[in-house]
Amino acid sequence: MQAFILRNVLQRLLLVFIVSILAHSVIHLAPGEPSEVDPANPRMKPEDIAKIREAFHLDAPLYMQYAYWIRDLASGELKSFKDSQPVLGKIWRRFLNSLPLFICATLLVWTLAFPTGIQAAMHRGAVYDRTTTFAAYTLISVPGFFLSYIVILWVVDLFGVPVIGLKTFGMELAPPLFQTMDRIWHLVIPSLMSALGGMAILSRYVRSQMLEVVGQDYVRTARAKGATEDVVIYRHALRNALLPFVTMFGFLLPGLIGGSVIFEQIFAWPGLGRLGYEAILARDFPVILTLNFIAAVLTLAGTLLSDILYAVVDPRIRTGLQGDG
Amino acid sequence: MREDEGEGGHDEGTVDNVSDLTKNPKPPVEELPPSETPWQESLRLFRKDRLAVAGAYVLLLLLLTAVFGKVLTEWVVVFDPEVVRLPEKFLPPLTVSSPDEISAHDRPFGGIYLLGTDELGRDVFARMLQGSFVSLSIGFIAVGISLAIGILLGGLSGFYGNVRLGVVTVDTLIMRFTDVMLCFPTFFLILTVVALLPPSIYNIMIVIGLTSWMGTARFVRAEFLALRKQDFVVAATSIGARDRRVIFAHMVPNAIAPVLVSATIGVATAILTESGLSFLGFGVQPPYATWGNILADGKGFIFDAPWLFFIPGMAILVVVLAFNLVGEGLREALNPKLRRR
Repeated sequence: MQAFILRNVLQRLLLVFIVSILAHSVIHLAPGEPSEVDPANPRMKPEDIAKIREAFHLDAPLYMQYAYWIRDLASGELKSFKDSQPVLGKIWRRFLNSLPLFICATLLVWTLAFPTGIQAAMHRGAVYDRTTTFAAYTLISVPGFFLSYIVILWVVDLFGVPVIGLKTFGMELAPPLFQTMDRIWHLVIPSLMSALGGMAILSRYVRSQMLEVVGQDYVRTARAKGATEDVVIYRHALRNALLPFVTMFGFLLPGLIGGSVIFEQIFAWPGLGRLGYEAILARDFPVILTLNFIAAVLTLAGTLLSDILYAVVDPRIRTGLQGDG
Repeated sequence: MREDEGEGGHDEGTVDNVSDLTKNPKPPVEELPPSETPWQESLRLFRKDRLAVAGAYVLLLLLLTAVFGKVLTEWVVVFDPEVVRLPEKFLPPLTVSSPDEISAHDRPFGGIYLLGTDELGRDVFARMLQGSFVSLSIGFIAVGISLAIGILLGGLSGFYGNVRLGVVTVDTLIMRFTDVMLCFPTFFLILTVVALLPPSIYNIMIVIGLTSWMGTARFVRAEFLALRKQDFVVAATSIGARDRRVIFAHMVPNAIAPVLVSATIGVATAILTESGLSFLGFGVQPPYATWGNILADGKGFIFDAPWLFFIPGMAILVVVLAFNLVGEGLREALNPKLRRR
């Protein structure tokens, strides 16, 4: 087991290195530089541009720029091109904003998708199954911002739910309890909207997993020995159907950055996705690079975690006796 | 990471007509020789899925619309999407154009705005027609690129995986590269690259294609690894067939089913990605109209001219839904687990 973990960690460290090189070259090889953001500005003289390029090491060869980036990132001194703030501090503050949204959305996805999917599998072909199937496909197919705008039009008038930002402006002097309630109230619609897509996908996946497992011999055996339907489904079938979902934990973490750009833009949520979007608009290379890099590291950490979890929960993999599939 | 790769992407489908089979058990095989080819069997299974069939009809309609859209807006200009008619902005659908304000040359076909006009008085129907071709070609070209890369890398890794290049095998090299690509958050990567490159419709197609081949590569590899052990491939190799023949005559036709499924769903994803990029302002730039950028432009007029928002939004929803339903229908119909039970 330890050798397995060690090998996995080493493999992933190598991947992190390759990822960092790739991310760096993708961004620096693409045309367009931070110094060219505002070419129409008459006050930008060639010598100013040269000064900017020198300050950001943009005149250095690519491998030196990479070395500078890694050195600054490691020492925590990496500065944003835009406002010279430390990049890691910026990302950390935005991360704290994104985190509640991410946690709420993930909880919604996982708590609602499982019952829906299991029920659909248990009543295959019935009205409930067909309705949820169609609803799931509709949610997968609708552009996220189209649905969000429709929902915003509808809920703001009907329930008065806030749909802009983290908190109500001017609430800083209110008692802490009210501030907390205000923040939670602001979370409702954004987290629901960003959860819908994932909910649809996951519930379909739960359904097909359950159907697969329900056809297995051990489920028939459980029925044959006279176990009640609830015991058969929740103790025998569901526990085995859950196995593949352990691997899905790994793909949750990077959603923190990549999956949220559009929704944070819609709801004016000052999170990581919007930070990335603003950085892209300003050609703020250190922020873009570091965000991409952190996302990749999170993915790798997630897959490592899920590999280990999988080995822990599935004895077939732990002992290396897995069949051909 | 290794252990879960062998399962491939396509076999998560469900065994949907087990109940029919158990109700009407088929007669034993020796009494009834197989009367249909595998493709006929798949077609029969596909036809049973009413949602998928409906989706297929929608797609057929879309294809016709796209072709006619291309012909009627660019080659034989019946509907001109670029005529600006400032006196007739924000007209709701089915408004008749008034002959006093608009010269005969600029009037829409039939003198009526089927889907209304936008903030510049352009005919939304003409723009949607033009956009259907552009949106669809973004989907098809992006998926074409991603399939080409995915099949090439997956096939190489599955067939020549054991060949050593120095210290590493081909398989290790390709699959590690796939892992690296999977590490990046796809939408953020697409956004980054599209924003840094000069705005062009081709860049968007290429970037979506280049960032979405990883799934295809992984399951093509899994298919090839499984197929290589099959008797018919071993037999073909042992009678001295060349690699090229083994791959293209024997293995590719057997591995094509999951590719077809993922291509269908890939087109849907590409159309959605394009609309997301348009929303953020990095989509296809004018003069091209796509459904995504009509929708993104329309969101500013959601109260004054709701048709500018709802028409492209519903169009995208219906078309992407159709692609997804057809993809799922194909997945069920081509699932070998349903066959010959």
